[in-house]
Amino acid sequence: MNTSTDYFLVDEMLTEEQRLIRRSVRDFVDRDIIPIIDSYAQKHEYIPDLMPKLGALGALGPYIPEEYGGAGLDQISYGIIMQELERGDSAVRSAASVQSSLVMYPIFTYGTEEQKRKYLPKLASGEMIGCFGLTEPNHGSNPAGMETKIIEKSDHFVLNGAKMWITNSPLADIAVVWAKDEQGQVRGLIVERGMNGFSTPTTHNKWSLRASATGELVFQDVAVPKENLFPDIRGLKGPLSCLNSARYGISWGVIGAAIHCYEVALKYASERNQFGKPLGGFQLQQKKLAEAITEITKAQLLSWRLGVLKNENRATPAQISMAKRNNVEIAINIARELRQMLGGMGIMGEFPMMRHAANLESVITYEGTHDIHLLITGMDVTGINAFG
Amino acid sequence: MKYLVCISKVPDTTAKISFKNEDKEFNSDGVTFIMNPTDEWYALVRALELKEASGGQVTVINVGPKDNEKFLRSAIAIGADDAVLIEANEETESYYIAKNIAKYAQENGYNFVITGKETISFNSFSLGGMIAEFMDLPFINQATQWMLNGEVSTIYKEIEGGEEVLEVTGNCVISAQKGMAEQRLANMKGIMMAKTKPLAIIPIALGEEKVQVSQYQVTPPRGNCKMFTLDQIDELVQALQSEAKVI
Ligand SMILES: Cc1cc2nc3c(=O)[nH]c(=O)nc-3n(C[C@H](O)[C@H](O)[C@H](O)COP(=O)(O)OP(=O)(O)OC[C@H]3O[C@@H](n4cnc5c(N)ncnc54)[C@H](O)[C@@H]3O)c2cc1C
Repeated sequence: MNTSTDYFLVDEMLTEEQRLIRRSVRDFVDRDIIPIIDSYAQKHEYIPDLMPKLGALGALGPYIPEEYGGAGLDQISYGIIMQELERGDSAVRSAASVQSSLVMYPIFTYGTEEQKRKYLPKLASGEMIGCFGLTEPNHGSNPAGMETKIIEKSDHFVLNGAKMWITNSPLADIAVVWAKDEQGQVRGLIVERGMNGFSTPTTHNKWSLRASATGELVFQDVAVPKENLFPDIRGLKGPLSCLNSARYGISWGVIGAAIHCYEVALKYASERNQFGKPLGGFQLQQKKLAEAITEITKAQLLSWRLGVLKNENRATPAQISMAKRNNVEIAINIARELRQMLGGMGIMGEFPMMRHAANLESVITYEGTHDIHLLITGMDVTGINAFG
Repeated sequence: MKYLVCISKVPDTTAKISFKNEDKEFNSDGVTFIMNPTDEWYALVRALELKEASGGQVTVINVGPKDNEKFLRSAIAIGADDAVLIEANEETESYYIAKNIAKYAQENGYNFVITGKETISFNSFSLGGMIAEFMDLPFINQATQWMLNGEVSTIYKEIEGGEEVLEVTGNCVISAQKGMAEQRLANMKGIMMAKTKPLAIIPIALGEEKVQVSQYQVTPPRGNCKMFTLDQIDELVQALQSEAKVI
């Protein structure tokens, strides 16, 4: 019986540090997440103290240099952290993704020295929580249409508009917000909680990512000091570069959710007997398990190779789209198929499949929907834009 | 104060246990090894806490093959200052390990040698006592708490129906168990720093192995349970006689 979830020995391609990182994050998830996650997901509440705990572990902005509070890790290490966190729950990985790739990454890449010193160390420790506002009520897949605006005044900008579906907005101390200036160019700025006219209503009644706080960002004549603007980045490539970093992490993360479902189903299949033999002894059930481990293995190889390219600064947005799209799809299919394998038990909170499957409905939607990523690959291989 | 923490490796708790070479040797094929939990969670973490409170140095040590370096690196990532690997064959027995650790501790002026109460693999409980004997130091076995005030250690032990509180003046050897500390996870910065801290590999110095394992035996799995109801006494007696052959 081969119960390994590393069928092609991807482990051997990792460094000793990367293996230690995986073990440490896995231990954290086994100890601090798995025992409590079902109860928070059922209650539809975020996990209190999650961010400081992730900060103490070093899972927030791990690839940010040490002088700004990060750990200076490489991209494969970042991917491994995402994988292990999502083995616990996509809500936990989402919190780490947003903080790392959508908040710390743009501040580190586009921020001024003062902005970096002011925000990054506190974001890395989890003392401060950040969120990322791109999507709007009327503009999801097509952020170029955004209506949120800034108007320049003598020493500040006046910000008006609204963002929707924003992970961690109800908890955030700061928001990285993308808005158009008077010339119609997309600019990025840091909005702080407490600024007049800025509010963050919570989005209730989700069936997915129930242990993650989601909300809106509403700006009514918010005066944002000029020093909060990212000085040089203009256009959609600003937010899109953040999405590239997050999507790369997601391609690893969802493998963790799939692995967790597979581990549980494999164990269940060897213990539960029907018609006088274990479930694992029936061809139909073996098909589910064999296909799951095959897809997990392919996804691991895809993400690992993408990590190598990312470390060499060679990963293209189209490659990242392909990996995000493929890996989220296989993960959600694995969660659904393996849920069936547990029969009635599969719908219960004691087992993770239903929760992972429901979470992955968000993951297959955010950071570019499944369809949009297909269009990106389509455009890359044909050279023809089929979006509009 | 200088603390020397003994770190051993053990099969992962979910590993399938089997033997080879006519049942003389543990079959490590396909088995993942981890740092022995009682060494990691209790001995190492308590030494780190005491060092953080009043200064000193925490060294981790292992007697074993070169590959064990990775367990020492894990211990450094959790917070140890440095590590020593005394290079030896795989399955070395306690006497030989203890002799070498005692020699190293003595030559390098360690105040305390700390072990986990046992390895979760061989469960021999033997290392600490032997080290203490070789170093001519007191040995406190299976300690659940350890406070240090100057030279004086206050150590708690569980005993049948209660607790024993001991005071030890000066150097000693302690084996640690549950209660002593809480598991501490290596964080990303610790892991990255682990590379830069010293790990010395030194050749084995003392003694030959005196104890050889002649055979390991796996406990046979428990048989299936057969249920009888109250009105089946005759069947039960018959089964005990003819099937189980115990009466
Ligand atoms: C839980 C959750 C958390 C989120 N967190 C954040 C966050 O932190 N920050 C943030 O900015 N956003 C966030 N989002 C928003 C997310 O990125 C958007 O929901 C996503 O981009 C899709 O936009 P939409 O919901 O407006 O759908 P739409 O754009 O309206 O799309 C609806 C459907 O139409 C399809 N479609 C759209 N355009 C085309 C086309 N050209 N061709 C073919 N099909 C098309 C889509 O694939 C989709 O199936 C989050 C969303 C969720 C659910």
